[in-house]
Amino acid sequence: MKEINTMSIQFPSKSSNEAFARGAVACFVSQLDMTLTELGDIKTAVSEAVTNCIVHAYPDSIGTVYLRAKLFEGGIVEITVRDKGRGIEDVERAREPLFTTGGEDRSGMGFTIMESFMDTLKVRSKLGSGTTVTMRRRVDRRTGSGK
Amino acid sequence: MKISITEKGPKMYIYLSGDLDHHEAKGLVRQILDRLDTSMPRDCILDMSQVKFMDSSGIAVILRAHKHMRELGGRLWVENVPSQPMRVLDASGIDRLITISSLS
Repeated sequence: MKEINTMSIQFPSKSSNEAFARGAVACFVSQLDMTLTELGDIKTAVSEAVTNCIVHAYPDSIGTVYLRAKLFEGGIVEITVRDKGRGIEDVERAREPLFTTGGEDRSGMGFTIMESFMDTLKVRSKLGSGTTVTMRRRVDRRTGSGK
Repeated sequence: MKISITEKGPKMYIYLSGDLDHHEAKGLVRQILDRLDTSMPRDCILDMSQVKFMDSSGIAVILRAHKHMRELGGRLWVENVPSQPMRVLDASGIDRLITISSLS
């Protein structure tokens, strides 16, 4: 896969940055000129991953969220969201629908939404060190070359 | 996110507009539950026609409003859901619990 463009940002794990993060990714990936549905799906997946960092990785403090987006030839978008927070004890369990440690305020559907809306989802986590979520989605480019 | 609420007899209409994410959901749930406790409507209609974006935080808001209405002996209806929030609701399977209609 040949990379055609990349961007990365980092920001404090404040909930007010959730809209910023998905908006920044939407602006960047829009150069592939995808459909509104595809753009909405990618924004939603980014929002879920960033919210997980804010709610679960840094529950009692403000840490840094690292977000990277890459575009590859063939209309492939890759999003990586990384934190240096507390990590996930059981990744398989965390990925189960409706599982949450966030109480009534959370639906437990974050990973399910990411899996539904993206083609692939990889979660690597180490307790005490942090979590990296990498997801890819191939979009049907209507026009434009992304150059 | 903006919220406006009107009441007609036993029905309460809640109109949401803007983005419904974790940041916005935190205060929104409290506002909705407090108002339900005060007015105790028979039917609560959540109108989402002006919601520009929603992630799974919105599912939690809807589920809590649904549970609260059940406790009050009433029912929640989710109406006029635009396509992006509808995709999130579809992925969650919440339509097995709550009557949801999309924005036509």
